[in-house]
Amino acid sequence: MAIGGAVTTGRKARWALVDVIVVVYALFPVLWIVSLSFKSKETLSDGNFIPREWTFQNYADIFATNEFIRPLINSLGISIIATLIAVILGMMAAYAIARLDFPGKKLLVGISLLIAMFPQISLVTPLFNIERELGLFDTWPGLILPYITFALPLAIYTLSAFFREIPWELEKAAKMDGATPGQAFRRVIAPLAAPGVFTTAILVFIFCWNDFLFAISLTSTEASRTVPAALSFFTGTSQFEDPTGTISAAAVVITIPIILFVLFFQRRIVAGLTSGAVKG
Amino acid sequence: MAEIVLDKVTKRYPDGALAVSEMDIEIADGEFVILVGPSGCGKSTALNMIAGLEDISSGELRIDGARANEKAPKDRDIAMVFQSYALYPHMSVRENMAFPLRLAKVDDATVRSKVEEAAAILDLTQHLDRKPSNLSGGQRQRVAMGRAIVRSPKAFLMDEPLSNLDAKLRGQMRTSVSKLQRQLGTTTVYVTHDQTEAMTLGDRVVVLRGGIVQQIGSPQFLYDHPANLFVAGFIGSPSMNFVPATLEDGSLKTPLGTITLTDRVRRLAEAADAPREVVAGIRPEHFEDAALMEESHRQGGSTFTATVDVLESMGAEKYAYFTVEEELATTAELEELAADAGATDVPGTGSAIVTRLSASSEAREGQPLDVWFDPDRIQLFDPANGTNLTYSG
Ligand SMILES: Nc1ncnc2c1ncn2[C@@H]1O[C@H](COP(=O)(O)OP(=O)(O)OP(=O)(O)O)[C@@H](O)[C@H]1O
Ligand SMILES: [Mg+2]
Repeated sequence: MAIGGAVTTGRKARWALVDVIVVVYALFPVLWIVSLSFKSKETLSDGNFIPREWTFQNYADIFATNEFIRPLINSLGISIIATLIAVILGMMAAYAIARLDFPGKKLLVGISLLIAMFPQISLVTPLFNIERELGLFDTWPGLILPYITFALPLAIYTLSAFFREIPWELEKAAKMDGATPGQAFRRVIAPLAAPGVFTTAILVFIFCWNDFLFAISLTSTEASRTVPAALSFFTGTSQFEDPTGTISAAAVVITIPIILFVLFFQRRIVAGLTSGAVKG
Repeated sequence: MAEIVLDKVTKRYPDGALAVSEMDIEIADGEFVILVGPSGCGKSTALNMIAGLEDISSGELRIDGARANEKAPKDRDIAMVFQSYALYPHMSVRENMAFPLRLAKVDDATVRSKVEEAAAILDLTQHLDRKPSNLSGGQRQRVAMGRAIVRSPKAFLMDEPLSNLDAKLRGQMRTSVSKLQRQLGTTTVYVTHDQTEAMTLGDRVVVLRGGIVQQIGSPQFLYDHPANLFVAGFIGSPSMNFVPATLEDGSLKTPLGTITLTDRVRRLAEAADAPREVVAGIRPEHFEDAALMEESHRQGGSTFTATVDVLESMGAEKYAYFTVEEELATTAELEELAADAGATDVPGTGSAIVTRLSASSEAREGQPLDVWFDPDRIQLFDPANGTNLTYSG
């Protein structure tokens, strides 16, 4: 018993050590940015991890100008709209792929895989030209459309895996109980696919929120520039001043929605929601 | 309540598999019909076509006289109980049972009273607010039944509803299904694999093989008058013994000795124009330990002597297995039956004669035994196509 106890304690300690290393390794850059965002201009490059003088000046600065607030609104709007549309379209496509046999199904899956594999940088110039022609350049739809395109393969894959997990018979049962196909989908399939839908929503949202490439190439003004792109345009109060402090503060601020988004949806991702449907 | 008619209903799957072929069944209002047959014979397909979950390739399905081929499942007003129960895991028992009523836009008060009524019948009242995942198999099964009965549909379809339960629970549920059906008087089509369910539950049994209806009749009728070798072997447990035999002017040469046929059997065989080589079938329960027979009674039958290979004492009766010298009869039908029975069946199926003896029999393994049987119980089958040559239906 004593020996067994010692073994588990030893094991626990080892695991704890590994955990700490991983967490520190992953979080250190983040913490460093947090630390930078609280430093004043004078102490910015002193190399101290813990700021010697705490200041909220950087935060006050970024919220004082439209340079940050407007991109923040753009980011939120564009990411949420793109996520919504991508998830809804993805749900329909994934359902069809998981449940129906139709001609060209393999082709559809193949093409969506192809889109996911395409190097995005190679599409930036054509997209730029197309959007200029169509008048989409530097507008919200100009970003929402490519985001949906590139998020869809991801959404379809994750969602079809979840749909495949839902027993076919539940849908047949719903039909027998008098549901139309639409009712069966809304009242039986969709609630059961909810964990998958939320997981997908999180992934797609993060993808849209963090995108820099399209944001920098397909926007030119604050009309549609998102935060990652706007950050690169940050300047200090004078041209020669280093904007590190304000960039750090902005980086911290834009991480918050993602954390909130994940925390909010995580509670809905209840594993094993389908247990009890069939015999078991 | 409804009358369901299948008129030459055929199902060919898109991949070309012919699952059901020209099925003709007339199910009367309130009748309890059982579909049985080996695995893959098209039972579920037939049921799904009645339900509307599978399209009918050709033929006509009529519910209450009206063609229903093109009706959506929801417009057929038929409830189905699935083998896997298919309960909605995100809903409580109450919500599961209320679901069909809610879809039918029934008002809250009625939903409440109907669900509670059904729950009371099925003894689920104290579980109404639990989730299916927290219920036992038997309880889940009852919820599935409850969901079917709440809306008083025209008919129930059940696809092996008890096969996921253990033997004891299955016995209990079998009784309650039967009681429930009688109480509600709803037309029911019930698919099963289980001998006992097939024999005890239904008013009529439909035996299917390879998508083709073999015979339809009351359980007792199928047992007494099987139309062919397949039905004879499928109905009854342990199944009928089959031996090759030769008909020679009124007597039958079999591995069990030469048997003088009774007038009844001989007349039937003659009327059916029986060939010389036939397959003789006799059920295990039609044998008896000769030592237990009264002399007068014994005279009316035939007796053979053989060594008991295996003896199984079941308490109320004994099963004695004998090996016969010659090869046992084999036909395509018999091979299929043996394959379907699988390894779970009694030892030596297909290579031995099974007899059911009284518990008081003194039979011992390895010892010779005089076994008596009644030649009037013998049924003769045509080895070429399996037809019962002594059919007197
Ligand atoms: N979707 C399908 N596509 C093609 N063939 C199918 C399909 N479903 C069933 N079949 C074939 O149709 C035949 C009948 O299948 P069905 O499921 O009706 O059998 P069953 O009698 O219910 O068998 P079991 O007792 O094993 O449930 C089988 O040979 C099967 O292979
Ligand atoms: Mg089946």
